[in-house]
Amino acid sequence: MERAGTTGPAGPDASPVGAAARPHGVAEARSLFDREILRQALAGAFRKLDPRVQVRNPVMFVVLVGTAVVVLEAIRHPGRFTWSIAIWLLLTVVFANFAEAMAEGRGRAQADTLRRMRSETEARKLAADGGETRVAAAELAKGDLVVCEAGDLIPSDGDIVEGIASVDESAITGESAPVIRESGGDRSAVTGGTKVLSDRIVVRITAERGHTFLDRMISLVEGADRQKTPNEIALTILLAALTIVFLPVVVVLQPFARFAGASVSVVVLVSLLVCLIPTTIGALLSAIGIAGMDRLVQRNVLAMSGRAVEAAGDVQTLLLDKTGTITLGNRMAASFIPVPGRSEEELADAAQLASLADETPEGRSIVVLAKQRFDIRERDLGDGHEFVPFSAHTRMSGLDVGGRSIRKGAADSVRRWSADQGGATPEGLDELVARVARAGSTPLVVADGPTVLGVIELKDVVKQGIREKFAQMRQMGIRTVMITGDNPLTAAAIAEEAGVDDYLAEATPETKMELIRSEQAGGKLVAMTGDGTNDAPALAQADVGVAMNTGTTAAKEAGNMVDLDSNPTKLIDIVEIGKQLLITRGSLTTFSIANDVAKYFAIVPALFVATYPQLKALDIMRLHSAQSAVMSAVIFNALVIVALIPLALRGVKFRASGSAAILRRNAFVYGVGGIVAPFVFIKLIDLVLTATHAY
Amino acid sequence: MGFFWTIVTLLAALALTWRYLGSYMAAVFDGRVRWLRVLERPIYRALGTSPEQEQTWTRYATSLVVFSGVSIALTYLLLRIQGSLPLNPQRLAAVPPALSFNTSVSFVTNTNWQNYAGETTMSYFSQLAALMVQQFVSPAVGVAVALALVRGFARRGSATIGNFWVDITRCMLYVLLPIAFVAGVVFVGQGAVQTLAGPVSVHDALNGVTQTIARGPIGFMEAIKQLGTNGGGFLNANSATTFENPTPLTNWLSIYLVLAIPFALTYTFGKMVGSVRHGRALLAAMVLIFGVWVGFTSAAEHQGNPAVAAAGITHQPAGNMVGKEVRFGDTSSALFAVASTSTSTGSADASYDQFTPMGGFGLLTGMMLGEVTPGGVGSGLYTILVYAIIAVFIGGLMIGRTPEYLGKKIQAKEIKLAGLASLVMPLAVLVVTGIAVSVHAGRTGPLNSGPHGFTEILYALTSQGNNNGSAFGGLSGNSPFYNVIGAVDMLLGRFGIIVPVLALAGVLAAKDVVPESLGTFRTDNSMFVGLVIGVIVIIGGLTFFPAVALGPVVEQLSHGRFF
Repeated sequence: MERAGTTGPAGPDASPVGAAARPHGVAEARSLFDREILRQALAGAFRKLDPRVQVRNPVMFVVLVGTAVVVLEAIRHPGRFTWSIAIWLLLTVVFANFAEAMAEGRGRAQADTLRRMRSETEARKLAADGGETRVAAAELAKGDLVVCEAGDLIPSDGDIVEGIASVDESAITGESAPVIRESGGDRSAVTGGTKVLSDRIVVRITAERGHTFLDRMISLVEGADRQKTPNEIALTILLAALTIVFLPVVVVLQPFARFAGASVSVVVLVSLLVCLIPTTIGALLSAIGIAGMDRLVQRNVLAMSGRAVEAAGDVQTLLLDKTGTITLGNRMAASFIPVPGRSEEELADAAQLASLADETPEGRSIVVLAKQRFDIRERDLGDGHEFVPFSAHTRMSGLDVGGRSIRKGAADSVRRWSADQGGATPEGLDELVARVARAGSTPLVVADGPTVLGVIELKDVVKQGIREKFAQMRQMGIRTVMITGDNPLTAAAIAEEAGVDDYLAEATPETKMELIRSEQAGGKLVAMTGDGTNDAPALAQADVGVAMNTGTTAAKEAGNMVDLDSNPTKLIDIVEIGKQLLITRGSLTTFSIANDVAKYFAIVPALFVATYPQLKALDIMRLHSAQSAVMSAVIFNALVIVALIPLALRGVKFRASGSAAILRRNAFVYGVGGIVAPFVFIKLIDLVLTATHAY
Repeated sequence: MGFFWTIVTLLAALALTWRYLGSYMAAVFDGRVRWLRVLERPIYRALGTSPEQEQTWTRYATSLVVFSGVSIALTYLLLRIQGSLPLNPQRLAAVPPALSFNTSVSFVTNTNWQNYAGETTMSYFSQLAALMVQQFVSPAVGVAVALALVRGFARRGSATIGNFWVDITRCMLYVLLPIAFVAGVVFVGQGAVQTLAGPVSVHDALNGVTQTIARGPIGFMEAIKQLGTNGGGFLNANSATTFENPTPLTNWLSIYLVLAIPFALTYTFGKMVGSVRHGRALLAAMVLIFGVWVGFTSAAEHQGNPAVAAAGITHQPAGNMVGKEVRFGDTSSALFAVASTSTSTGSADASYDQFTPMGGFGLLTGMMLGEVTPGGVGSGLYTILVYAIIAVFIGGLMIGRTPEYLGKKIQAKEIKLAGLASLVMPLAVLVVTGIAVSVHAGRTGPLNSGPHGFTEILYALTSQGNNNGSAFGGLSGNSPFYNVIGAVDMLLGRFGIIVPVLALAGVLAAKDVVPESLGTFRTDNSMFVGLVIGVIVIIGGLTFFPAVALGPVVEQLSHGRFF
């Protein structure tokens, strides 16, 4: 596979083939066994043997110290067994390092691409007198003004203060279609490293040196300044406690053995200790965390901290904007309702005529609906027709052709216009309009000159599959709340159709904030999306605030995640990734502890078999010899780390279901499986060692 | 009464006790029961406190530690000067310093390990004023700690966890004293000795020997010995003698009293946190482990003695009767023994040293699980809650949420304290055992050599580290070495857990509650019961597996088979 993340300034279309399933993104899903990453990870695995690195991971540090003890023993009393143990203990540490290096390596390639983009940029700084000087992007300070013209890379994050331009943001989002950025309003933010395609803009730099969006992205994908998350800290403490308790458990075996008139070898004691302490989870813990962030990046979500990702797993209330999240962005024609005395087809025909020139999604949906219902095709109108475009003043649009004037628009406007043409409002129109509005839809009235024909019902179309998603959320114990500016009537109808648990109608930034506060006061964690500057306070207040990349700088700074695709539905994915991260940690911890049972049964009989041959009865695996038993357990303990790297990087499969079902499944697979698996594999390794006459 | 009917009647009685004593205790500790306020109020006035004066966890812990320290000093003093005190018909001299130290620590920590024979060492005054007083006080201290932790779960955003002085006063006044009084009447009514007159000499003309028969105020001490999961008897032979345990009814009552409060406290817990289901889940975990251990140990004892079998007597229809009271027999003695070792009581109606290796294994491991099935009065509840927190943490992660128990998030601080509380006991026991088998003074203690000798040392220090106090026998414990190391073991096993638990109570009480939803990890169903059992067995198993393998397991295997 080519280097991924090639969606740099050089060519947004140079995405590797393997990324086809995910058409865009800073971090395309890479094969787990990308050769380049494997090579680098291998080198990293040995580099990380430095005790100063190891001391940060108490579990693996104990293994390293144990290795040193065994090596000393091997030097004093050389022997194949002792040296083999020493090598496998060292490999245990190397494998742990390898897992971490793998996870880090997956982000590094992307970071390199991003970094190149940053260093090469040159800025045209605007002086107070209007003159321009050329400076390196890295030298820009907050508040500087820079000029960018077609073909320029925007040197740093900022807000447009003058002009409008189309910008290629593919370097950040992977999306190759250019976006429009203009001064003022909610579309004024630009990101360093993106490219101006047309026009000229003046940008005020808003990011401090070294703290641009790009910088944050680089350190995020690299996992460089990764802070341990609260749950990770708690788990590390538990693992450290388990490590500390096994130390005396093993050490006192020496006096216990002496009391029985025996002596046990230090090498075997160290082997037992390493097998008992939770090396499996200890080795994979940081890889799991890095890989969790990586999975988010792959879905084009940048989390500003691991803490936010973990909080996402705990979220109990999701605030979802109606438009774009729950419904498709636009309303669509759903039905034609004629007034008494008029046929539906007549209405459909007029409605289609009135909409032929209407390029809005609503207009096109009317044309399509008429075609579907009555097979009325778009027609050639010939000459002598004139389209009447929509204006905020008239609040209607239509067509004048062959002496006919057809209009569609807001009920009041069309009725007034029709009355002006000399028509009378037909009986029942008001009632029709009211009924459509009550159902949560928007009524458009159609009139052919003085004759009012009926009403077109424009409906918000709820996204496909969203209802099922919400049902899953409910099962997971997450309450969904729809946020909309619509009136309560409309909101209720859509909420009902989409299957959300609650809705907030006629929402303002203030009511939104109030809702978040009241949910949090009840102890709940709240997640929301937003893009406008007026969303910023709510984004900051929410436990998980996902800002849309299209949004303002203020919004992006207030939230703790940025969605580069600006797709609010992704909030649901984020919650799942947060949960998956915790599940992976919990499951591997359970697996690691459960493994100890088999290791005891392998090593303890071997330890005392010379003094108490009766203990052979505990050797239920019937291992070949004492040495092969210890060797097999140590080898299993090392290899299981490698075997579980893919699982740690991909995460334990997450299925949206109730907590009881998830627990039953994981407790069975990783708890019971964790007890059984080592019995099988230690026996197999023993058979291999015996067959190869190693012992 | 056969073994079967013993079990059935015990189950029925304990079920009723669980429900009614449980809710009564909840009412007592919430201050809703006031029928003894005539006594209660003056006590608070004398202590300069009142139920309204709540304490933070540090104040609570300080009160407890200071109180226990003073108790130890006072008990020590009384034993040291018993020769100058009244109620000493035998004119017994002062108890030696090392033994006094061990004994005072032992009774204050609810252990009741006895490196002495009561009838030849302790004056009546020492038995009553020093030891029996602690038999009332030490379980009350255990209950106070449990209450503090329960309040940690029940309260939200609270800086305080109750008032230590009020908690122990209420526990003694409303729970321990009335029940012990009624039970004492039954014991005495059944024939347990209760007198302040000294021992009597009996001349057996037939055999020409004169015997001294020890007597004393035994009957009422017997009641609190069992009820408070103390276990320290008046006489050396403990509940095996007819003076302490005269009839099958008192034997049944002993088992019942031992189990009554520890089980019932789970109901109290459920009631106080507003979910009896949660109490029931903990009860289920306790009962299941307890049941398996009773079954296992009874079966082992019913097998007959392998040593006797090796001597050629393979037919032993009554099971292993070596060291058993004929009045009680094999399985009933096993039931008594498991009840006593699983509750931090340590009383005995048979000689545990002469149990089969696997029977001894049942008793030893019953303690090694941390005394939570159901454990001591109060200590059983707070210790199983610590295990529950660890179970919640691992289980909660497995469902993808920050783990929470009763709405309280289990995070770094909680795990640190729970980890500490659950690991102190195995650490203490293993390290002191390691020392004992290494030094000369320790190695000369056991009567036997080889694995059985090892078991004798391991058992003694496991018993003391778990504040159980049951004696396996066969260890000459009254040496300066064992007196001191045992006292250290007991202090670590008691306060090494209590202090982190109180800190945990403080941290939890200050927290807010996360509302329950469908996504919440259920902590009141059978899945959770399984997880808690798993954590208890795995922690106990993983820490003690090698030690047990070198003791009873090797010994049993030496007889050629497991049963």
